[in-house]
Amino acid sequence: MKKVISANQAVSYAVLAAKAQVIAAYPITPQSSIVEMLSGFCATGALQAKFINVESEHSAMAACISASVMGARTFTATSSQGLALMHELLHYASGLRLPIVMANVNRALASPFNLKADLSDSLSQRDTGWLQFYCESGQEVFDTIIQSYRISEKLLLPVMVNLEGFILSHTYEIVDLPEQSQIDLFLPPAPARECLDVDNPCMFGSTTDYYINFRYKMHQDMEEAKTFCSEIDAEFKKVFGRDYGLVSTYLCEDADLILVTAGTIAGTCRVVADRCRAKGMKVGVLRVRMFRPFPGKQICEPLRKAKKVAVIDRDFSPGCGGIFAQEVKASLQGINCGLPVYEFIAGLGGKDVTDKDIELIIEQTHKMPNRGESTWIGLLK
Amino acid sequence: MYEIRFHGRGGQGAVVASTVLASAFFKEKKFVQAFPNFGAERRGAPVVAFTRVSDHEIRERFGIYEPDCLIILDSSLTRRKGIAEGLKEGHWIIINSDKKPEEYVFLGLYRVATLDANTIAQEHGLGSSSVPIVNTTILGAFSRATGMVAIESIMDAVRENVPTHPEDNAKAAREAYEKVVF
Repeated sequence: MKKVISANQAVSYAVLAAKAQVIAAYPITPQSSIVEMLSGFCATGALQAKFINVESEHSAMAACISASVMGARTFTATSSQGLALMHELLHYASGLRLPIVMANVNRALASPFNLKADLSDSLSQRDTGWLQFYCESGQEVFDTIIQSYRISEKLLLPVMVNLEGFILSHTYEIVDLPEQSQIDLFLPPAPARECLDVDNPCMFGSTTDYYINFRYKMHQDMEEAKTFCSEIDAEFKKVFGRDYGLVSTYLCEDADLILVTAGTIAGTCRVVADRCRAKGMKVGVLRVRMFRPFPGKQICEPLRKAKKVAVIDRDFSPGCGGIFAQEVKASLQGINCGLPVYEFIAGLGGKDVTDKDIELIIEQTHKMPNRGESTWIGLLK
Repeated sequence: MYEIRFHGRGGQGAVVASTVLASAFFKEKKFVQAFPNFGAERRGAPVVAFTRVSDHEIRERFGIYEPDCLIILDSSLTRRKGIAEGLKEGHWIIINSDKKPEEYVFLGLYRVATLDANTIAQEHGLGSSSVPIVNTTILGAFSRATGMVAIESIMDAVRENVPTHPEDNAKAAREAYEKVVF
């Protein structure tokens, strides 16, 4: 059934449809409405899940890990400082190979204090061994949560689904909520896995010289994730008629300039790409949906034929630049094509990225030589 | 694309109004998007919210700077400098006010519609006498003045999206539809 709902509500409906069994979360703006709605579902019995009130995000993840070790389908949601507080346990969750699904509502990290969208919070967790998706619509948020349970329960790796604070989390739009019978068909109860058995206790995650082998196995499974996530996406399309890809391309086949970005900025880029085409400028858009594992091959392939690339980052690694830009450049290095990559930082701390900003980025990329450093858009005078 | 900007005060329900109006347009097969002006909300402080409506998929993911319509839930906000900033000339301003449209200086550059939503909302028991909840009421006036969306769609959207006293809210919108002055 199609409804006009916010992306945070889409998260909650997806967790309801996925029949999560244990939810542990601590409210934080702009994630709070997810937790409020889920606790409501648990209170009314609409969702037969144990809702665990915790005193911090660190405890939320600890509870999810414990429940997941026992075999439960678990969920948590957080944002910004909350995600940062979870950091230590994110490594535990992936190291123990637990299929935990989390929604992270992207918000800038303090200081200065800011409640608005910025991808730096989740990108700071790049190396924790979680798969990461970045969504651009309420529909994609719903669908990606559903897909994530299939993915995590097969690969035994946790998945983080990211949506930008307010710009997506608090924006109401049309979302198709599928019939529960369809969801059940696509997402049956989790397959059996090695779990803690209190009648036959044994240790999880003990000290071992095989640490490097565990990491190598995680590396292999992350590589496999690229193929498996594509397969799941294709299967999802068969049932629900929608797919997203690891990356999504728009007018890239013959483009001279390709804009590369993640999240909601991609939609605005497509609007501007259409305007450019009407003026005879061949502009395309590539949106990176999956960030970990990084789909370098899927990104390089469409870029190969372009003359220039402009990466727009709503995130920033101090002392380095845009995080997506660095990853894209590293992947292109592998195919040695000498393609100029222009780097733009825009929209930090929820700063609006307008169609005019994108037009400015395109103009600068056309006219200026590549300086090899990031250009900042939207700085206040 | 048709873009609407709501002005209200924290607690009046401007954000909910933007989502209910989106739902009403959705009932008429439009693509919609509704979002608040992002930030910390405080009761009584000026609040802004937006609704986008289109015949096509809405891909724009940025703020609205040149709206096609203003809906003002609190008449005191009409005195704020720059309240009509960006509004396209000749377009509608819907104001919750007991004054007549011609009493507003906006008239001339813009089209003005007024209705006393406070009284209508109070008569239907919406909110308290000191803080009437006028967000659903004023949508009826929008429907009549602009002709952009049917009052039936507004009333259905109100019934579906307002958790308390949905029928009273729908009736208040209908009364505003009948009483709006423009």
